[in-house]
Amino acid sequence: MNLLAVDFPPVNQLFDWPSIWFEGSLFAVNKTVLIYLSSVVVTMVLFVLAGRQNETLVPRGVAHVAESGVNFIEESVVMQTMGPDGKKFMPFLTSMFFFILFANITEVIPFIQFPANSRMATPITLALLVWVIYNVVGVRSQGFFGYLKNSLFPPGVPKFLYLIVTPIELVSTFVVRPFSLAVRLWANMVAGHLLLVTFAVLSATMWAAGGLGFGGALFLSFPMLILMTGFEILVSVLQAFIFTILTAVYIAGSMHAEH
Amino acid sequence: MFNLLAQTASGEFLEGLRAIGAGLAYGLAAIGPGIGIGLVVGNAISAMARQPESAGMVRTTMFLGIAFTEALALIGFVVFILLQP
Repeated sequence: MNLLAVDFPPVNQLFDWPSIWFEGSLFAVNKTVLIYLSSVVVTMVLFVLAGRQNETLVPRGVAHVAESGVNFIEESVVMQTMGPDGKKFMPFLTSMFFFILFANITEVIPFIQFPANSRMATPITLALLVWVIYNVVGVRSQGFFGYLKNSLFPPGVPKFLYLIVTPIELVSTFVVRPFSLAVRLWANMVAGHLLLVTFAVLSATMWAAGGLGFGGALFLSFPMLILMTGFEILVSVLQAFIFTILTAVYIAGSMHAEH
Repeated sequence: MFNLLAQTASGEFLEGLRAIGAGLAYGLAAIGPGIGIGLVVGNAISAMARQPESAGMVRTTMFLGIAFTEALALIGFVVFILLQP
């Protein structure tokens, strides 16, 4: 019995998918791209179908999902951070939430089992989009110099401390924010995928080893795999929510000057 | 010890150091955020217990605090992956 010789695949092999169509060109399509395209389509179909339904007092089916999603974003994201002024960002935040959620949740859907957001391209693109939006909102609502003054010289700090505070604010507001926003989503999905792969490989190897390993797989690693799958559902929803609410917080911070 | 070092090829030695560094990077990076997330969640729970009517707002702020604290641990995780031989 060889319990310790677990054959764990190299990390690159878990995240690099071979191209399916148009191999070698700029528009090569692989599993990640297919998941992204399908999550775009699912988000659009969800809201288009919900919008086509006749307005009723008690929404059913797709409309129920869409309405509770919109309600959730309005109550726990927009009203908590931006207040009534932020209602115009509702469509952006809602569609971004559902897009990230559908690209994350494929992590636990059987036979797909790959979180598309564990590739850095889309998280960093979304984060740069958010960076552009909150800067444009800041410049439009406070003016260019007002926005710079409010974000680089926070009020209520003793004068001599600006020597330290201003460089820190410059780096953290304009450089680190999009980076940390993207890394937070990406690294959570990579960690979740690695965790699930670890327990799946461990279960399969121990199951195949037989004897004591069979019992170990049955009572230790396989229940852990099920537990982790549940935990990853939570993480997928939570990361979509955190990305959305941080976007709302950044937009709110540049919309209203701090007092 | 030094005989052993002399016998190993320098490439292998560097690879070993890199593996140790990768392991330490994640382990050390998880200490601070672990304490930090504990503080954030603990204080949020005591705030919710004192004022249950403000639980919604506290929960949102708690997730924000967790997200900011967790970023440090995740950066350690990224370094861990980048250092993988």
